[in-house]
Amino acid sequence: MLKIFTSFGEYLLLMKGIFAKPEKGRMYWLETMRQCAQIGVGSLPIIAIISLFIGAVTAVQFSYQLRSISLVPMWWMGSIVRKSMILELAPTLTALLIAGKVGSNIASELGTMRISEQIDAYEIMGVNTKSYLIGPKIFASMVMIPMLVVLSVFLGILGGWLAGLLGGFYSSSEYARGVTDAFKGYDIFIMFVKAFLFAYIISSISCYKGYLVEGGAVEIGVASTEAVVMSSIVVIVVNFVVAFLLL
Amino acid sequence: MIEIVDIKKKFGEQLVLKGVSASFEAGKCNLIIGKSGSGKTVTLKCLVGLFTPDEGAILFDGRNFTAMDFLQKQVVRQEFGMLFQGTALFDSLTVEQNIKFPLDMFSNMTEPEKIERVNFCLQRVAMVNTNKKFPGELSGGMKKRVGIARAIVNNPKYLFCDEPNSGLDPKTSLVIDQLIKEITIEFQMTTVINTHDMNSVMGIGDKVLFLHEGRKYWEGTNAEIMQITEGELFDFIFASDFLKDLRRRAKY
Ligand SMILES: Nc1ncnc2c1ncn2[C@@H]1O[C@H](COP(=O)(O)OP(=O)(O)OP(=O)(O)O)[C@@H](O)[C@H]1O
Ligand SMILES: [Mg+2]
Repeated sequence: MLKIFTSFGEYLLLMKGIFAKPEKGRMYWLETMRQCAQIGVGSLPIIAIISLFIGAVTAVQFSYQLRSISLVPMWWMGSIVRKSMILELAPTLTALLIAGKVGSNIASELGTMRISEQIDAYEIMGVNTKSYLIGPKIFASMVMIPMLVVLSVFLGILGGWLAGLLGGFYSSSEYARGVTDAFKGYDIFIMFVKAFLFAYIISSISCYKGYLVEGGAVEIGVASTEAVVMSSIVVIVVNFVVAFLLL
Repeated sequence: MIEIVDIKKKFGEQLVLKGVSASFEAGKCNLIIGKSGSGKTVTLKCLVGLFTPDEGAILFDGRNFTAMDFLQKQVVRQEFGMLFQGTALFDSLTVEQNIKFPLDMFSNMTEPEKIERVNFCLQRVAMVNTNKKFPGELSGGMKKRVGIARAIVNNPKYLFCDEPNSGLDPKTSLVIDQLIKEITIEFQMTTVINTHDMNSVMGIGDKVLFLHEGRKYWEGTNAEIMQITEGELFDFIFASDFLKDLRRRAKY
């Protein structure tokens, strides 16, 4: 129990350390761009494929269930897929995928830098390593992950449409009517709240795990696994809290 | 000049440095020697501020480094260069980017000026035309040279080397030692080197500090060290019975 509190204390101290005046804005900017490319572009294919199929599966399963209840018109499917994607599937799935891919990446990169004394080398040059190595990663995550979530929503809806056509559940115009019906801006707001929170959670936990590694190659492996497990759990819990409080 | 005033450092219950004082002069190679575990690395890390001593002070040309806050330390650190035991080159950057990094971060030089400076340093360590290589593509000795080039690129006043010869063959070790000595004199840096290599002690030890169990046991020059005939330092220098025997015979 005490360990949880000390870890949390360490985490908060680390986060506080990020806020410092950059030694040179341009270098921070370049590093942020590099991170954006790594996080965003690197995760694009997997997010795209998974979103497309999740949208499709949602459409197939709900159609299967709704067909037995003849009271529900099939054009509702469009809005069901849209709502599920925006409120739940896109943010959560993207976050979990990113936790696995980017989280382990960040933790092992920082861990390796720590063990091979690269962080010490930056430190001795006078670089504020907390802000230079962690800041851009968190910032880039908070820019790129919401964009990936938006993309995921579009691809999910596209997947639902294709699946419906393939299975003959509804026509394109029916689906389109559903997708645009009773559209609520509040849903989008919830989606972005989740996306930003998840982005921060994943990147900061992974940085924390990697930055404070002590030991050797084994500990780097442990840190990157812990980064993935811990950020996934926190994402799922926060997901519930947000839904509970805001919906 | 660097002065260490009675520094103590504890890890948990273990008192690793039990009050060490010394001063290191500019333009000289100052060596810290001692058995494994005697506290050399801890001393060096206290000097550069990676560890904070529990007691005592470290002064860089009169400026009390230990009492400074992070921002003040940052300013002094721009006068530091350090060669790490494992070189600590940034493995995602090329040789050129590695060496250029301190300039990118802290100087107002233009790009051509920086490249010129990088090439000067590379030439100084006899590594021209390796600009575009990655650290992973270099041998251990080449990495050390690049490490030295990176350490001296911002014209440091203080150069720190942790075991510059570890993992190198005797001949390459000599070359690296000579290189460090030359640039120390050329740029009048205060150089502090951690080592347990007796060849370095004899070759470049303008000043030698012998640590034993966290205390300063002996201090002198490499010429004086050969006069030692007994005690911990004698055991350290002439580690084997064979060497001790040789030394005793040489006396007569
Ligand atoms: N971060 C640390 N935490 C706890 N103890 C440490 C730490 N760093 C060093 N020590 C302890 O301090 C003592 C001195 O270690 P140090 O690394 O300074 O030895 P050294 O003289 O550099 O030895 P070597 O020649 O093997 O490098 C050792 O007993 C070591 O266990
Ligand atoms: Mg050591």
